[in-house]
Amino acid sequence: MPHRTFLWFILPSLAAMILFIFFPIISVVIQSLYVEHEQVVITSENCGPFGCQTETTVDLEATQELRDAQPLGRFNGLGTYVNRGHLATQELATAWAESESLGAFWGQVMNLPFYRALAFTLTYTFVCTPLVLGLGLAIALGVNGLPRVFRGPTIFFSLLPMIVTPLIGSLILFWMIDAEGIIGKSLQVLLDDPELSLKASPTLTWITLIIYGVWSSAPFAFVIFYAGLQTVPGETLEAAMIDGASRWERIRYVVIPHLAPLAVFVTLIQLMDNFKVFEPIVGFSAEASAQSLSWIIYNDLRGDTQRFGSAAATSMLTIIGVAILLSPVLIRTWRDFNRKRV
Amino acid sequence: MSSVTAQKRSQTLVIVSTTLVVIWLILAAFPFLWTLWGSFKVQADFFSKADWTNALTGTFTEQATGSAFTGRAYYGAWVQEEFWLAAVNTVIVVFCVVVISLTLGTLGGYALARSGYRYAFWLLMVALVFRAMPHITLVSGYLLPFFEWNLWGHLPTSIIVLVAINQPFTLWMLHSFFLNIPKDLDESAMVDGCTRFEAFRHVIIPVMWPGVITTGLFSFLLAYNDFAVTAMLLSQDNQTMVPKVASFLGSTFEEGNVMFAVASVVSATAPLFVLVLFFQRQIVSGLTAGAVKG
Repeated sequence: MPHRTFLWFILPSLAAMILFIFFPIISVVIQSLYVEHEQVVITSENCGPFGCQTETTVDLEATQELRDAQPLGRFNGLGTYVNRGHLATQELATAWAESESLGAFWGQVMNLPFYRALAFTLTYTFVCTPLVLGLGLAIALGVNGLPRVFRGPTIFFSLLPMIVTPLIGSLILFWMIDAEGIIGKSLQVLLDDPELSLKASPTLTWITLIIYGVWSSAPFAFVIFYAGLQTVPGETLEAAMIDGASRWERIRYVVIPHLAPLAVFVTLIQLMDNFKVFEPIVGFSAEASAQSLSWIIYNDLRGDTQRFGSAAATSMLTIIGVAILLSPVLIRTWRDFNRKRV
Repeated sequence: MSSVTAQKRSQTLVIVSTTLVVIWLILAAFPFLWTLWGSFKVQADFFSKADWTNALTGTFTEQATGSAFTGRAYYGAWVQEEFWLAAVNTVIVVFCVVVISLTLGTLGGYALARSGYRYAFWLLMVALVFRAMPHITLVSGYLLPFFEWNLWGHLPTSIIVLVAINQPFTLWMLHSFFLNIPKDLDESAMVDGCTRFEAFRHVIIPVMWPGVITTGLFSFLLAYNDFAVTAMLLSQDNQTMVPKVASFLGSTFEEGNVMFAVASVVSATAPLFVLVLFFQRQIVSGLTAGAVKG
């Protein structure tokens, strides 16, 4: 296809992506270098019978004027990136110098909002992804063994957790695990602990969120693996059987290698999606004990005082995180691509 | 072949795998059925302090309304709290997003599938990176400019933003569908004297519908399920369903509002349920199309 025709075909789509994905990234970069104006303060000296007092008042009008004139705020350079809410370089250095053991240092780091969010996001991503792969494969093998009549309905119900709006799915589970909901109540009875609440402890909240993550993503892995199982080469399986391979050996040496490329695909998609984790935290009202990178951006942006600079700096750090996460894939594609050219 | 496997399969294995599937089915389906059932109760039954069987028998519901089932929560959500308005907004947003992103996506995806040049490959790679970015990071880029230019809060703004966010995925999916349509088809049309666009219009469009429908389903899901963009970019009056549900939660202090949220959650899930019911095959094939190509 000639360049010109290609350009005309791709133009609308490209324009949309440049305008609303690429420019916003530029906008995020610029915003992250600025910070909100400080309030304009008037200092006045009041002299009375008991001596003089200096009084400071906030000049609301002047503050508003300044904000309207320069909505971006004032230039702050990389200041927002290194402040306490983000990379917290200074706090890290102090904590490193002062804390005696690694554990104490870790405890201090976990008090910093950015690192706490990063820790949760990474834990969620790297715990959910393998569990989703494992559960998806198990269900796929199970469904593949079912009589054909049952497969359709099984797939139908299996798709539900994946297809449902993430916020709604997490709300549905949240209501069930509520101390007065069916699962929460049952757990109290089973564990004989009437005070048990899944929302109270950070560890239990993390586990709940991860269970939600697995619940909502397992169908995706299942569908992919199930489709892969339909194309497992029959001759190879038969040959393996004639050679005396047990069922487990057949799965290990024939089925799993056949599914490996699919597993790579599922892993890639899951890493990307789990790194975005956001809605479950809103749905489970889990922000007290679990915050993700996306959630702290959301938190900066909502409410009456929106901190655009802070949100933008976190966004930049998140985008860098995505780039690091995807770099193995990109490097590999780059190599494959170069090899093809040679 | 399968009969041989069936004979060799041991009894215990069948039992184990069937149990696993049954447990999974309960895990997958029960929460939805439970919430559907509970949405016809009053709050005291759905969150039963005293005895969980109240949720089944509807003791308090019967005391409050005289019957074991009540539509109060639905009435409260749809009529009192004007959930219908959010539903109308959702229909507008989702319809426009699907139509626009499919139009842009088919043109772009076709071009990417037919161009052998290196930049087409790199465009796809860039699209992959864009797809991986959390939507909220983009939202933080939109907000300030949109406030300044008075674009914030309107439905068209969200529609165009959702279309753009949708594009990387749509391009990837349609690109892989167009790769499956033989090149000879449009090239022979061009030999007969068609321009590239005419070949696309008369030869490709008639055969592309299965792929377009599948991709459309996924853009539907993306637009319908979105929370980050619609919650941050729409004003109160223009809210769609998902942010509206979230706003019910903000005021849980008043009694009844949780049940409004439950009712609206069920209402918002129903269309998805119907969608899976009718388009299960397309959804499965769409999911796997990406994987097989990947």
